[in-house]
Amino acid sequence: MSALAHPLAPEVRVLSGRDLAALIVSLLLVVAPHAQRAPWWLSVLVLFLYAWRAYLGFVRAPLPSRWLLLTLTAAGIAGIWAHYHTVFGRTPGIIVLCFFSGLKLLEMRNHRDASVVAFLCFFLIITNFFYTQSIPTALMMCVALTAITTTLVGFAAPQRSSRANLRTAGLLLAHAAPAALVLFLLFPRVQGPLWGVPEDAYAGITGLSDTMSPGNLAHLALSDAVAFRVEFKGEPPPASQRYWRGPVLWDFDGRNWRMGPTIFAKFKPPIGGKQTYRYSVVLEPHDHHWMYALETAASLPPRSRYTADGQILSRRPVRQRIRYDLESVIDPTPDPEADPVALQRALRLPAGFDLRAVALAHQWRDASHSETETVNRALDFLRRGHYVYTLDPPRLGIDTVDEFLFETKAGFCEHFASAFVFLMRAAGIPARVVTGYQGGDINPVDHIVTVRQWDAHAWAEVYLRGRGWTRVDPTAAAIPGRIASGAERTVPEGGLLPLLMRPQLQWLRSLRYRWEALTYKWNTWVLGYDPQRQRELMSLVGVRDADWRQLTATLFTVLGVLTALLLTWSLRRLARPDPVQKAWRAFCRKLRAQGVERSPYEGPRDYSERAARDLPQARGTIRRIGELYVALRYGPVAPPAGIDELRRLVRDLRLT
Amino acid sequence: MILRTLLANPRFANWLYGFTPPERGVVILRHRRVYIVPTRQGWLYGATLVVLLIGSINYALSLGFALTFLLAGLGLAGMVHTARNLARTAVSAGRSEPVYAGESAQFHLFLDGRVPFERPSILVRHVASGAQLVIDVPAQALAEVVLAVPAARRGWLPLGRVMLETRFPLGLFRAWSYVEPDARCLIYPRPERTALPPASADARAGSARAQVAGSDDFSALRGYQRSDSPRHVAWKAVARTEKMLTKQFSGDSAGELWLDWRLLPDGLDLEQRLSCLAGWVLAAQESGVLYGLRLPGIDIAPAHGDAQRAACLKALALFKKT
Repeated sequence: MSALAHPLAPEVRVLSGRDLAALIVSLLLVVAPHAQRAPWWLSVLVLFLYAWRAYLGFVRAPLPSRWLLLTLTAAGIAGIWAHYHTVFGRTPGIIVLCFFSGLKLLEMRNHRDASVVAFLCFFLIITNFFYTQSIPTALMMCVALTAITTTLVGFAAPQRSSRANLRTAGLLLAHAAPAALVLFLLFPRVQGPLWGVPEDAYAGITGLSDTMSPGNLAHLALSDAVAFRVEFKGEPPPASQRYWRGPVLWDFDGRNWRMGPTIFAKFKPPIGGKQTYRYSVVLEPHDHHWMYALETAASLPPRSRYTADGQILSRRPVRQRIRYDLESVIDPTPDPEADPVALQRALRLPAGFDLRAVALAHQWRDASHSETETVNRALDFLRRGHYVYTLDPPRLGIDTVDEFLFETKAGFCEHFASAFVFLMRAAGIPARVVTGYQGGDINPVDHIVTVRQWDAHAWAEVYLRGRGWTRVDPTAAAIPGRIASGAERTVPEGGLLPLLMRPQLQWLRSLRYRWEALTYKWNTWVLGYDPQRQRELMSLVGVRDADWRQLTATLFTVLGVLTALLLTWSLRRLARPDPVQKAWRAFCRKLRAQGVERSPYEGPRDYSERAARDLPQARGTIRRIGELYVALRYGPVAPPAGIDELRRLVRDLRLT
Repeated sequence: MILRTLLANPRFANWLYGFTPPERGVVILRHRRVYIVPTRQGWLYGATLVVLLIGSINYALSLGFALTFLLAGLGLAGMVHTARNLARTAVSAGRSEPVYAGESAQFHLFLDGRVPFERPSILVRHVASGAQLVIDVPAQALAEVVLAVPAARRGWLPLGRVMLETRFPLGLFRAWSYVEPDARCLIYPRPERTALPPASADARAGSARAQVAGSDDFSALRGYQRSDSPRHVAWKAVARTEKMLTKQFSGDSAGELWLDWRLLPDGLDLEQRLSCLAGWVLAAQESGVLYGLRLPGIDIAPAHGDAQRAACLKALALFKKT
């Protein structure tokens, strides 16, 4: 039996032109998003391979020889190697996959090969999720899945119209959706990763880094990428109070500020404070440990550590979107305690740099009676110095602080923070640079505060005897508008500001707010669906602290019920007998009980005629039933009244 | 080993595969009789899903989970749809015209969808011979399949087991079912063309007994057949009964002939004899004579026409030497 060619076996089914076209459309849909990352020549090459295969299919020409394909493969791989210097990283690996999709197309002869290509599409879809998992991406996935499903249905039913196949595909996907939802909600989620991920897996993520040099925050401020979103329980604090604390930088080498060693400490909640805020943060992945918190944090999120300089660090680098709940107070009672070693570190300056600034600082120190006075002199100096706030600061030479303070007088917040901390240290006041974000946009639709990379900010903290570490924002002093209204209002118009940051596009902004609100929901409920949320969901249905066993049990129960429902649906339509047929069968049964059995060859007319002869007492009714049945079953249209009459007649038929 | 023994046991195999004795009338493929397993494509699809799932876990791709689970749901829906494509199809067999041994018996099978949706791509395969055909059963309608089953020997040829298979809609699952409708085809012996036997004395004697009048004499009325000449239509009778009737004349051709078993040479075996007789029947029918058939234990009176030919050939097909 197996020796016979099986007409349904994919190995023997030759690909039709329509199959090929459907497959190429599916491929184009899934490969398109990768084109923005692939080198241009590869996109062209892959398109050329598709077009070549389409042409060969169209003119029914033989496929290229194995040798030609091998040569092409080698050339393509060599090109990718030349471009990335590897083929094993994440991006090069995906590019190779795209390239192979074209090659596989060129050696595809039958439905088996075609199915392999269709399955390859799934990998091309999922690899795009490394880069983006937004709502449009999800919609695109649905479109691609519909195309692939239609392609597969087309393989199975080559003689059917594409329209009918598309309808079948839609029906299949609609039936798949409930099962998919249940699996998504209940499949026991394991916190990854299961093994090491490629080194370049998190390349290209924007965000603050552990160093700061003139210009790098300004560069970051050109990005509209979201850093994190915050949902406050109650009113959010005013913009001028929204300092989101991040990396603290201690060590200066004349140009770069660095973090230095991390010293962990026991968390000590601050005392007092004007107001307490409760909120949850949804932090975008940034491949570092910092967990941003509104200054000053009054609680620690789970799985985090606290450092002596007040940073909150996650145990593992933040490589996926995480959500944590926090509590913060504004202006707590100062804590004068400090580690003497740390204070020494906060006074260290590179020798031989920025001598004018050092001289100026010494002058202030000598003229002041208190540390506070020195700080105020410095702030006053910045306020009166006609400094310009710009996203495009001039390049600085060796003495970065001197050049900024006395010559260029234009810079972004890191210039102000760096210069101020330098001046403070030179004046003998321990100081450090704090980077993070300031402000954030409140969405009027859902009141979520969105903090973007363009909100990146740097400020200073000085240690004042008796008061402890105190925040000073030199940028706010020099450019008062920066803190009140954010970077976009402060930087002169027409500069480098991203389009959407420009204030004049109001309608675009309001549209964007709605989109943002939707994205927030998407991020928290779809992308941020994690073991924690899963447990929350299970506790809603009454299972507390569900572990994987309970989840699996629930999953299989619900899936089983779903499958049973689907089966019932499909079989109900099958099993529902035609009312005419049902009445006829009842009629036949009644006659058989009287010894008039229908022979298999006997048509309804002959049978009822014979029965009418054999059972003369009910002749009229039997004839009428026969006529009605013939008319309803074989006539052009079945009037409902006729069906009712037939049923009534059969029901009331008395033969004894 | 145990499995092989079990599978070799016909009763077990019957139970397992749902083989049934030949069934009369309309056979409905109930769910119990529809089997479904993943195809090789289906296994590959499953493996793909496992890889996608592991990738989603490792890289914590929420949309990756969504894709994987949507595909899993698709596989599940595909399974149900594949089973549905076959379930509750009603299979019935039509009449099949007799053929000669060595030809192919044309079995007509009717697949009744009985549902408001179509059932595309159903393979109908005759298990023993491998005759197969892929058809679509339209919604609420009947599809006819003609299976050409080679007929090797004379006699009744039962249809035997027929497999219905489908992989629609995704090709990930293969659903199949076996049916054995109680259909049979009469196989005439392979006719061997030899010269007609001489009209022997015995044969003439027979013909004399059967026919009283001479040639061109009216003998009877029979139902009109389209091949009949209008000259022979009994128009008076037609006017009376409103039925087309044809006048039958006896002896309107060369003579009468007894195709007798005993006229055959002794050296032939049973099948060769029957083949010869079948050849004679055809030749006699063509030549237009009245002919009768005489086999051991069977006598068919001389006559002419398709009915006579069919009767003689049927007797030959079913002849058993006692």
